[in-house]
Amino acid sequence: MIYFDQVSKIYNGGSIALDDVTLSIAPKEFISIVGHSGAGKTTLLKMLLAEERPSRGGVFFESTDVHGLPKLGLNNFRRRIGTVFQDFRLLPNKTAYENIAFAMEAAGRSDGEIESDVPHVLDLVDLEDKMWNFPRELSGGERQRVAIARAIVNQPDIVIADEPTGNLDPINTYEVVQILKKINNLGTMVILTTHNKGVIDSVGGRVITMDNGKVVRDDKKGKYAL
Amino acid sequence: MIWINIKRIIKSGFVSFWRNSVVSFASILVMTMTLFVLGSILFVGATLEASLNQIRNKVDINVYFVTEAPEEDILSLRDSLESLPEISSIEYVSREEALFRFRARHENDQLTLQALDELGENPLGANLNIKAKETSQYEGIAEFLEDESALSTAEGTPIIDKVNYFQNKNAIDKLTRIIDSSETFSFIIIAILVIASIIITFNTIRLAIYTSKDEISVMKLVGASNSYIRGPFVFEGIMYGVVSAIITLILFYPMTIWLGPLTENFFSDINLFDYYIDQFSKIFFIVLGSGVILGAVSSYLAVRKYLRK
Repeated sequence: MIYFDQVSKIYNGGSIALDDVTLSIAPKEFISIVGHSGAGKTTLLKMLLAEERPSRGGVFFESTDVHGLPKLGLNNFRRRIGTVFQDFRLLPNKTAYENIAFAMEAAGRSDGEIESDVPHVLDLVDLEDKMWNFPRELSGGERQRVAIARAIVNQPDIVIADEPTGNLDPINTYEVVQILKKINNLGTMVILTTHNKGVIDSVGGRVITMDNGKVVRDDKKGKYAL
Repeated sequence: MIWINIKRIIKSGFVSFWRNSVVSFASILVMTMTLFVLGSILFVGATLEASLNQIRNKVDINVYFVTEAPEEDILSLRDSLESLPEISSIEYVSREEALFRFRARHENDQLTLQALDELGENPLGANLNIKAKETSQYEGIAEFLEDESALSTAEGTPIIDKVNYFQNKNAIDKLTRIIDSSETFSFIIIAILVIASIIITFNTIRLAIYTSKDEISVMKLVGASNSYIRGPFVFEGIMYGVVSAIITLILFYPMTIWLGPLTENFFSDINLFDYYIDQFSKIFFIVLGSGVILGAVSSYLAVRKYLRK
């Protein structure tokens, strides 16, 4: 479903963020990407989201080069991906409900669908009672759950979670991991980057280890080795 | 779908306008100052135009005819002059009228009136008082009259005795230069003020949108189209323009009430309050239109920068 074909990213200053990465990810897979800071994990995800262009190689989604997509095609492609970030990246002047509704509006969903799906997805992340709160009125764990709800509301093919537990305490970390596992069990591919050994142990899926922009280990049995 | 999107964009822009109240307040404050400057330029322009018209109206040339000049020849010359595009108005003063005005002008000068009586006949010829549309056009009219001076009486003498342009040429030329310089100078000042105001407003709105650059990147990541991201910001910019225009138009009311009598005393031809009331619809559309266009274009350009990334 996703194929990184000899992808390299070299910035203008000459620093190498990705070095000849070749990787394939199957549908419904849960993969964890681990590595030190600067290993290339986030750059890899940015390549998939077409936020950055590779210096060499290509990124393919269902045989389509995502960097060759026109603007409209790129918007449609991004609607098939849900993203969760360490810093939550919620829209600060929108309530939890509006943040999730915005993702649905962007996907061209009707008002009726929004009114029925947003409360449902907030219920899934156990935040139904906080739907009219602004992000500043929520705890870190609650914000991350809103971000997850936003990521899954359009029933994406892929959920990308970039260090989603980086700013969370152990209890919230556990809850977020459980939600991501539940999403994967429902048939959505999950790509997770993390530093947290406990998270990897808890997930137990395929683990890709990166170092200096290279894939140095691809372990099917979920081991954290840095 | 288009209507649903427009409805959502308007709602989102409106909500954001209220929720970002501090940013909205700052943007409206700056834009109000910009529109106040733009609107004031209209008042300054009207006052300047009235002043220059006052000067223009004081300039004229007179064509004096010999006493024997037949009236029909003078009237025929008047008709020829009226066909010239440069002419604003022509007044024919007959010999009798000239004498009457002369007597009225010298009613306290018994010596002059006595000398006039002793002559026993009217020594004054008829004259034409000519006003041109622009002071610079008097020279052309004078040249036309020079050609017409060949017109002769039955005895073969020219009917035009004197054209006073040539005596007043220096003063007219000086006034023409003053008027032209005033217009050029005011145009330059207005252009500088307009450009400075637009740049200040653009930068304020750009700064307001800069605070939302992270939001824009998130919107892109959830797959929102550029027009769907841009729409609420542009609508918010339009709202800044509308609110600022209303505030500006309200502020003009007491300002013109206060300045009206002052301008009337000083320039005599214009009362700014009367001008504001008479021209309200024009000023309303100019101020509102400028606000809306300025807000929309500034927002559009500011968001475009972040959509490119």
